[in-house]
Amino acid sequence: MHELGISRNIVAIVGEAAAGRRVRRVTLEIGKLSGVMPDALAFSFDLVAQGTPLEGAALEIRQIEGRARCAACGAEFAAPSFLTPCACGSRRLAHLAGEELNIKSMELED
Amino acid sequence: MCHVCGCDSHDTHEHVHADGTRHRHAHAGEHVHLEARILAKNDGLAARNRAWLGERKVVALNLMGAPGCGKTSLLERSIRDLRGSAPVLVLEGDQATANDAERVRAAGAAVVQINTGTGCHLDASMVAKGLVELDPPAGALVVIENVGNLVCPALFDLGETRRVVVLSVTEGDDKPLKYPHMFRAADLVILSKTDLLPHVEFDPQRAARHARELNPAVEVIELSARSGAGLPAWYAWLQKDSLTAVSGPSSVQSTPAGSKLSLA
Repeated sequence: MHELGISRNIVAIVGEAAAGRRVRRVTLEIGKLSGVMPDALAFSFDLVAQGTPLEGAALEIRQIEGRARCAACGAEFAAPSFLTPCACGSRRLAHLAGEELNIKSMELED
Repeated sequence: MCHVCGCDSHDTHEHVHADGTRHRHAHAGEHVHLEARILAKNDGLAARNRAWLGERKVVALNLMGAPGCGKTSLLERSIRDLRGSAPVLVLEGDQATANDAERVRAAGAAVVQINTGTGCHLDASMVAKGLVELDPPAGALVVIENVGNLVCPALFDLGETRRVVVLSVTEGDDKPLKYPHMFRAADLVILSKTDLLPHVEFDPQRAARHARELNPAVEVIELSARSGAGLPAWYAWLQKDSLTAVSGPSSVQSTPAGSKLSLA
């Protein structure tokens, strides 16, 4: 349940940026290979947001698909898991996308 | 600013588009781009820990693995075997109790217990406080025994020099595939309790192969803290130039300057 710790970080970062104003919506970018489950994150976010300017804010999670580049042949391909090999058979890969844990934006009330 | 259309209106307003269509919408609140990394604070503190360790010329290992995989037993045996060479100090992470800290202290190491309460992993801020309290001397080896858990600790950089994952032969040899994040982030995988191999269906070669499918560069050592088999390879790994020399890169982040660890 590291999603609880992740939620605390989100509430702290957004709360600081909001500088006392109420937050209506938070948009996140979560990679599908990040090890963070969107459902668990949404659940723990609501708990952690209670009593803060983020209480009741909508959480929008944009999931990012995994992508990798093969170190052997240079091909770029969709990698739904860390175990997805390149079509050439190589497993020496650089993961280009899918591990994101980012806060994109927030929407504030007037 | 209205984030629907980008205009400066703060009320419900109407637009005429270039093609002549009109529409009305409510002002949707101020939209602020943040572009922040969620773990930026932890990663910043981890970088500070890494610099602090580098200045002190201290090597730190983040020792991870499932509950009961033999992390503490390996630590006790290593502390006893390495006595008289480099000082070994321990940061002991558990949700509750100081039981492991007492075991490690009895083996002869200075130890600071970190109880995480409901927390399922250590983070860089807990380790920063623990390191100050532990106050390791130059040339020391600090072992940070993480909370027994194969999931959550993988995400949190502590500022360690290297990551070591312990997998016991009483677990499944497919565990690297089930917990890819943990094994992907490891510098070394220790297959522990090999004295029990005659009694269990665990294929060390298969476990090592699965770990390398995720992490081609990972090193694998088989050992038994009980029988002592394989321990020389573990002690040799601790003395490797790449670990103890000035600029050995960790798979997690680059390592700042550190002196050689003298485990003579």
